[in-house]
Amino acid sequence: MAGILARGPAPLPRRLRARLRTAGAVQRAMLLTGAGLTALFLLAALIGPLLAPYGYARLQDASGLFGAQQPPSGAHPLGTTIAGYDVLSRTLWGARTALEIILAALSLSVVPGTVLGLVSGYLGGRVDRTLVGLADALYAFPPLLLAVVMSIVISGGRSSLAGGLGAAACSVAVAFVPQYFRVVRAEVVRVKAEPYVDAARVIGTSTREIMFRHVLRNSVRTLPLIFTINASEAILTLAGLGFLGFGIEPNSAAEWGYDLNRSVADVTSGLWWTALPPGLAIVLTVLGTTLLGEGLTDLADPRLRRRGAAAVSGTPTDGGTRDG
Amino acid sequence: MADLLRVENLSVTFATDTGPAPAVRGVSLAVAPGEVLALVGESGSGKTVTARSVLGLLPATATTRGRVLLGDGAADPAEDVLTASPARLRALRGTHAAMVFQEPSTALNPVFTVGWQLAEGLRAHGHGGGRAARRALAVDWLGRVGIPDPDTRVDHYPHQLSGGQRQRAVIAMALALGTRLIVADEPTTALDVTVQAEILELLHRCRTDFGTAVLLVTHDMGVVADLADRVAVMRAGEVVEQAPVRPLFAAPGHPYTRELLAAVPVFGRGTGRVRRSGSAAATTSGTTGASAVVGASGPGDGPPVVRAAGLVVDHPGRLRRKGFRAVDGVNFEIGPGEVLGLVGESGSGKTTIGRAVAGLTAVTGGELDVFGVSRTARRRPRDRAGHIGYVFQDPAAAFNPLLTVADSVAEPLAVHRRDLTAAAIRAETEALLESVHLPRAYADRYPHELSGGQRQRAALARALALRPPLIIADEPTSALDVSVQAKVLGLFTELQEERGFAALFISHDLAVVEQVTDRVVVLHRGRVAACGSTADVLGSPQDDYTRRLVAALPVPDPVRQARRPDLTLDVRDDAGTVRHHTAVDALDEGAATT
Repeated sequence: MAGILARGPAPLPRRLRARLRTAGAVQRAMLLTGAGLTALFLLAALIGPLLAPYGYARLQDASGLFGAQQPPSGAHPLGTTIAGYDVLSRTLWGARTALEIILAALSLSVVPGTVLGLVSGYLGGRVDRTLVGLADALYAFPPLLLAVVMSIVISGGRSSLAGGLGAAACSVAVAFVPQYFRVVRAEVVRVKAEPYVDAARVIGTSTREIMFRHVLRNSVRTLPLIFTINASEAILTLAGLGFLGFGIEPNSAAEWGYDLNRSVADVTSGLWWTALPPGLAIVLTVLGTTLLGEGLTDLADPRLRRRGAAAVSGTPTDGGTRDG
Repeated sequence: MADLLRVENLSVTFATDTGPAPAVRGVSLAVAPGEVLALVGESGSGKTVTARSVLGLLPATATTRGRVLLGDGAADPAEDVLTASPARLRALRGTHAAMVFQEPSTALNPVFTVGWQLAEGLRAHGHGGGRAARRALAVDWLGRVGIPDPDTRVDHYPHQLSGGQRQRAVIAMALALGTRLIVADEPTTALDVTVQAEILELLHRCRTDFGTAVLLVTHDMGVVADLADRVAVMRAGEVVEQAPVRPLFAAPGHPYTRELLAAVPVFGRGTGRVRRSGSAAATTSGTTGASAVVGASGPGDGPPVVRAAGLVVDHPGRLRRKGFRAVDGVNFEIGPGEVLGLVGESGSGKTTIGRAVAGLTAVTGGELDVFGVSRTARRRPRDRAGHIGYVFQDPAAAFNPLLTVADSVAEPLAVHRRDLTAAAIRAETEALLESVHLPRAYADRYPHELSGGQRQRAALARALALRPPLIIADEPTSALDVSVQAKVLGLFTELQEERGFAALFISHDLAVVEQVTDRVVVLHRGRVAACGSTADVLGSPQDDYTRRLVAALPVPDPVRQARRPDLTLDVRDDAGTVRHHTAVDALDEGAATT
């Protein structure tokens, strides 16, 4: 039985497809919804600016100013904001800002987190104890407060693209580095005790080569799952900054949190079109990446993966290996 | 009398990612009351799946066909387990059939006392009246299965019991419910050989004293010969042969059974490797052990490859806690080209010694010289590292799963032979694989695409890549099926004779050690119990511990084994009480005459 369940790595697409086929209906729906929403988000970020009728900072066209709080019309499918921006354009452009924050935050946290986790877990000793303590201390930091402080430090209170992005990315990174550190370190400690690492040590392979060739590659399998879940947290932090007024000025980039903040007053006066699009964009993007992450986690873990019953009349597979 | 268990044309198929995988195909079996039926086969033959289906313990991914009828049809009609309702299944489990698992430490819940767990089963099936009565029953049954001092033991937690006692407690749970059939899935595989002998004896008594039938799942022909009345041999989900035990061993009908029996190493048949008369000079230093240094004269004369004197290895304890002394004052030497066996039960320190020689574990005290260089020095020259080849127990874990076999086998060359080009390394790698009889085409496969035996041969190729003068083999065949084990051992001996490397061969299996090694060191709790030439130490053991080890070893021959059951062993359990009286001397004669 164990022999049937245990298998090594197969080419990823084929494996994924096979797993998708055998996953339960709920799991499959979750994963496919997440993948669909995430694909939509990526598409909006990449080609959205081409689709958007106007630039994110445009207030006027050839026929003059757009006008504030215009209801949806042919020229403005989703109306305009209180400041006179086109809502559809800003929502589409906002996807690009969100993607930028995800990439910035992840690259700032994954690399140091992984390297520190690898070194700390493999070498152990005093370095390890210090780093673990430090990571625990970082966990106690409220990321949004840190982001506000960062934003003030980076841009001196002015809300530029670099300032807003940088502040959000740095604070997210500070919050995430310990996560990657812990996950990678735990895996490294496990892999370090595997016989193939002992085998490399007996051979006399250098420590660095063991770390990167044998340990690292076998320790990062769970990281893609954390990526997707952390991506949504990065978006939320940026949106939260924007909502608090520490985000990005409307003429440096489109940002959902800022737009949401500006539309608070509109909601009470019955204007639906300024608040709904950016709000829905945040919700759907976060939902999409989270569902994708959870779905991938379920698929990767054979214990969480549900299977249907096998057909009894099934033809024998070539599963068994014989000894030569 | 009607059969207790009838399995009729059972088929089990598992749903996997790669489609349905049939595990059992059309198996029919029957177990009569008080009968021991052994289900024998190699890994993947479907024997465990068959046994678990008797109790309805298959996972949700399994689809079954056929019938599994439980009950003798006299008192109540036989019921089909496969179609029984969950409530009926719960009622059937325990009273009609009970399971004894391979790993007794995981079969018991660690947060409840043994007595509570026993009483829980009684309560669930409405036995025993009140709480006090159930407790009295629990004490009674713990005593009956041979747990000493059951009055206090009943309040102990599983971790306070030894492995053998835990397995006894599990058996007591089954018996207390008055079960008619015990399904024992590899009940002794996780236990040491002396403890195994006790558990086998207890299972014997289950039948003789309580009339319980046993469905025994095992891969060990020695256990089969010891316990079984009838044997069903399984292969690839089918029963290829079913016969009473003596005829089966005497004249196996099916070619696969013959193959299986031929592959089992028989202890006491070959008396070590008698080639190379030079090794006969090895001194047998008697029973005192710890102070004895084994004679230095190896087959090829010269300075010893490994020399240990008073070797001590501690595993560090927790904060301000004393460490555990795994190896305590061990002396031995390995001459050039000599195969030294290291034998002992689990926890005897044999693997620790191997790791210390390889430099994987730090030496605490004493002297350990490898190639004349001390391992106790703080810093040792790096270039010596490649002069030892190491073969690990579990071939599945010994290779980086992300590298191809060729990459892994070539690693020693890539590290130590910087002068070689990629093409030269590739050629050398293919030659190495050829030398262990692996086809060239396997070089670019990944480890999981090879079978266990093939992986272990690849591990041997990697160990030999730099033509090291010393190989350490740590239980190289204990994770393999017997037929594969025979091939790997044959290959090891062949390569050793061809290349003449010295080897430290670590194993718990006396039959394997006898077959492969020149000299042997018997370890007991970190100390040397005996050492000397293999033929002397294992053929006519002088010290008590070795004698006990040899006596406890089940022989894969029912006729010889039948002469032994009444010979109980003098085995001290952890509490220090002596349960049985010695009859070892009589047993020795039995082993020596055959």
